[in-house]
Amino acid sequence: MNRPDPDALLRRMNDEEARSSRARLKVWLGFAPGVGKTFAMLQNARELQETGVDLAVGWADTHGRYDTAALLLGLDIIPRRHVSHRGVEIEDLDLDAALARKPAVILVDELAHSNAPGGRHPKRWQDIFELLDAGIEVHTTLNVQHVESLNDVVAQITGVRVRETVPDAVLDRADEIVVVDLPPDELLKRLREGKIYLGANADRAAQGFFRRGNLLALRELALRRAAERVDADVAAYRRAHQIESPWSTAERILVCVGASPASERVIRAGRRIAAGLRAPWLAVWVERSGAAPLSDADREQLDTNLRLAESLGANVVRLLAARPAEALLEHARRHDVTRIVIGKPTHARWRDLLRGSLLDDVVRGSGEIEVQVTAGDEAHAGTAASPRSERSPLLDWIAAAALIGVATAIGTAGSALLELPDIAMLYLLVIMAVALRSGRGPSTLASGLSVAAYDFFFVPPYYTFNVDDFRHLFTFAMMFAVGLVISTLVLRIRRQERGAIAREQRTGSLYALSRELGTARDAPEAARALVRHVADVFACEAEALLGSDDQELASAARSGTAPLGAQDLAVARWAFEHEEPAGLGTDTLPGSRVHCVPLRSGPRVLGVLVLAPPVGTGWTLADRDPLDTFARQAALAIERAHLVEESKAAALRAQTEEIRSSLLSAVSHDLRTPLASITGAASALRDAATVADPERRAELIDTLCEEAERLEKLVANLLDMTRLEGGAVEIHREWVPLEELVGAALVRLERTLAGRAIRTEIDEALPFVALDPLLAEQLLVNLLENAAKHTPAGTPIEVRARARDGRLDIEVLDRGPGIPEGAESRIFEKFYRAAPASKPGAGLGLAICRAIAQVHGGTITASNRLDGGACFRASLPLTGEPPAIEPEPSE
Amino acid sequence: MSEAGPLVLLVEDEPQMRRFLRATLTARGFRLVEAETIAAAEIAATSQPPDLVLLDLGLPDGDGIDFARRLRGWTQVPILVISARGREADKVEALDAGADDYVTKPFGVDELLARMRVALRHAARAQSGVAEPLLEIGALRIDLARREVAVDGRALHPTPIEWKLLVLLARNAGKVITHRQILREVWGPGEGHQTHTVRVHMASLRKKLETDPAQPRWLLTEPGVGYRLREASDA
Repeated sequence: MNRPDPDALLRRMNDEEARSSRARLKVWLGFAPGVGKTFAMLQNARELQETGVDLAVGWADTHGRYDTAALLLGLDIIPRRHVSHRGVEIEDLDLDAALARKPAVILVDELAHSNAPGGRHPKRWQDIFELLDAGIEVHTTLNVQHVESLNDVVAQITGVRVRETVPDAVLDRADEIVVVDLPPDELLKRLREGKIYLGANADRAAQGFFRRGNLLALRELALRRAAERVDADVAAYRRAHQIESPWSTAERILVCVGASPASERVIRAGRRIAAGLRAPWLAVWVERSGAAPLSDADREQLDTNLRLAESLGANVVRLLAARPAEALLEHARRHDVTRIVIGKPTHARWRDLLRGSLLDDVVRGSGEIEVQVTAGDEAHAGTAASPRSERSPLLDWIAAAALIGVATAIGTAGSALLELPDIAMLYLLVIMAVALRSGRGPSTLASGLSVAAYDFFFVPPYYTFNVDDFRHLFTFAMMFAVGLVISTLVLRIRRQERGAIAREQRTGSLYALSRELGTARDAPEAARALVRHVADVFACEAEALLGSDDQELASAARSGTAPLGAQDLAVARWAFEHEEPAGLGTDTLPGSRVHCVPLRSGPRVLGVLVLAPPVGTGWTLADRDPLDTFARQAALAIERAHLVEESKAAALRAQTEEIRSSLLSAVSHDLRTPLASITGAASALRDAATVADPERRAELIDTLCEEAERLEKLVANLLDMTRLEGGAVEIHREWVPLEELVGAALVRLERTLAGRAIRTEIDEALPFVALDPLLAEQLLVNLLENAAKHTPAGTPIEVRARARDGRLDIEVLDRGPGIPEGAESRIFEKFYRAAPASKPGAGLGLAICRAIAQVHGGTITASNRLDGGACFRASLPLTGEPPAIEPEPSE
Repeated sequence: MSEAGPLVLLVEDEPQMRRFLRATLTARGFRLVEAETIAAAEIAATSQPPDLVLLDLGLPDGDGIDFARRLRGWTQVPILVISARGREADKVEALDAGADDYVTKPFGVDELLARMRVALRHAARAQSGVAEPLLEIGALRIDLARREVAVDGRALHPTPIEWKLLVLLARNAGKVITHRQILREVWGPGEGHQTHTVRVHMASLRKKLETDPAQPRWLLTEPGVGYRLREASDA
């Protein structure tokens, strides 16, 4: 029994799952225009429509062919988008209209078409992918010469390089490929009959592309590509049904990618090898750590190469290592690579002697891994430093020549004192000086000139370029060589230094950013830090948009002042929804003004970073990696801030819940007690026997009234407390005379305080204070009530108010038993009662006092007086000046 | 009361509340007309003009305050609001709308009856058309005709505004006068003055009148609502 490989099983499941859930792509593949792809597709569409499928035509090219156009009759055609480009009216697929129409199946002819400028994507296949993502089945047509990996082969066969190519991954994505075949002779006959091109075009086509030899070769290519696909399907079937595959050991290909245009061919070759072996493949770029950074042009070419590899289905890997060959081999071993594809070196052999050869190192260290060397460039590991980038200004050249002149003058002046070797050394010094200041060109010039000047002025016979002594020729060669070596070394050091500085800056900035992100308390703060650093490092304006819970984007931070336009926001929106970079420098909406990077943390996209480079500076994104790192760091910080907020909210909820439950239990007890008394007393009053006794009746009625009053007080307190705690109470400060507040409180409690000596002592210096009169009176009432409740009847109560250190102190003093030791602060807690059994009340009065003091920005404390009794002091801040009152006109 | 007592229009939608008031008021000799809704109350008020209205605010077909305002349009019948709305702002709104007094539920019978008596007395005085020229509340003596005020026989000298304030409170003794009513009556309908102005003058009047302004005998504050002069009966 052969047990299925779990990985393969998983892959199959994933494949099947993906296949069943995603929209289907069906491609009609032909080998040349005119074989009848569109015709076949339309015929199929008509059949589908007859079976009731909701079908629309997004784009169909009839090329003026009558029979094809006839098939369009009766189909639902989505109107085309009209674009005016440089005065020419261009028609294109209206992607938005197609997405809005959302048919079950859409026909989009010409998969390889390039869109008109200004469209959302540069290529039609990208449009088609968006349609597929939207769940629409797409039917399309393709000629074999447009397939990316076949591009080179087709160019070799036909001599015509097709510029519009479609990545192989697109064709691989197709669920079904229909080969539309026609014998070449038949095709040529149709061409002659004018069924393919009209008039002069037909003649030109017959001379060029439509030669019989070409057509035969192309037809073979198309059929082979389709057969490959069939093979893959068969293999998949085999895997699915555990039929032993002839390739029991999985092959894995690694392709070395460099920064030269030739590398593209290596990549295509790699893809062909991988496809032939049905093996997954990696495209690897190794950067030598410590090497100078690539020039902009090289960087761009490298990105192009890596993108090409990615579009051909490779897994792209970037490595950074001191020894590229070792890193490459280690990566290969770790990933079970069986074959390494590397380009043939094109540079001179001496460079290998100087720097070592990557190819050599890889071959030597490859061991069991096969190494395949193909035409193209060796993947040069980070050593590509294009001299183009260091074009020296004219001034440097002149300076180099002048310096040699000066050295010659010094040599001539001091010829009496100086030996020939001294003069040679002097020239070397000058060459080094030039190399330090300028680029390679002036250094080479300086080397050449110094040899010439040395010969002309100092080597006999003087003032001619002739040489007497043959040995001098050797000296010249040495001088020139030493000059070149010195200048090369100096230049390299300078380059490394520059690279180190650039990296240092980036690292420093990243470090600063991480530190700021670490201290950011909330998402907007993290966004601000990100925007500031990105604007700084990438020399552009930046804006961070964060997604809300309902997936709306809102600006969180901005480095510049100008807000984003509607178009920019649309790009950001696209990047946010599709979780991919978009805009300037990408494949999506490259014509736009901004570059958008999604801020992604794990599976969640939290927002978008928008970079708006200054207009007209030719700004390019030299390197994606640091920007991605910035975005990733910020996304992490933002996510963390979100999580902190969430956990805070959860903690608050838990706390509120706890308070609520303790409150509920206390309240239910306190509410039930008086209710029980009332119910008991009332039912007793119904009893004839009890009512007959006047004394008992009076007692019961008293109970009823007292308990009802207690209940009322409790409910009022609860309501007050709830309002104060729920934040529903807004404080309305008014200028009130203190005596009015004290007076009002005392009048309200007249009955409660009856029989007590009440003394008031109010500071004359503060007639008016800014307080909320209602709350302040409530505070006084509660304090007085508390005093009355806890002190024996008839004992005096004192109210004092005075200003001290910008605060108003209101004190209520009694001569009662005082506060139990240790309870000074607890008595202000809710439901705390000093004497629970004897006194009515829910222990809310003082809690309300504290809440009122707090909404005034003040505090409340309780203490025992030295000479007996308790002292409650509310200390409230005094603010502002009372408004002036116009004096009353005297009579 | 052997013969027909005062006619009270009770506007209240709670049956229990009506039952309790019916029992208490009829026992005290009041005649009672009950209405559950504003619509019924309007009909009752026009068909059989009452001597006093007891008005609940939250009614099934509207707010009692609107009814009070409409009632004030054609009659000076005393209106006593009985409501569970205990906030000062609610009281001020009802009083400004023309209610004579405001009792917050729950209330005791004694309190309600006292307030009703005050309201009826005021109404009777207003109807007779003659202001009592002389007011005596404990040791406070106000002679409206001679523009004199004295405490314990000691004559006081209020400023013109203080005198106007005192007269306003004295004419409505026992009744709460809101800040807005005071501003309108004393300073006129202008917009230039504020509650603060009232407080300043009231404080200076109190200094002249009261022995201890922090424990007033006559000039009482209703926090957040207004002022009230204590009546002889509850002094």
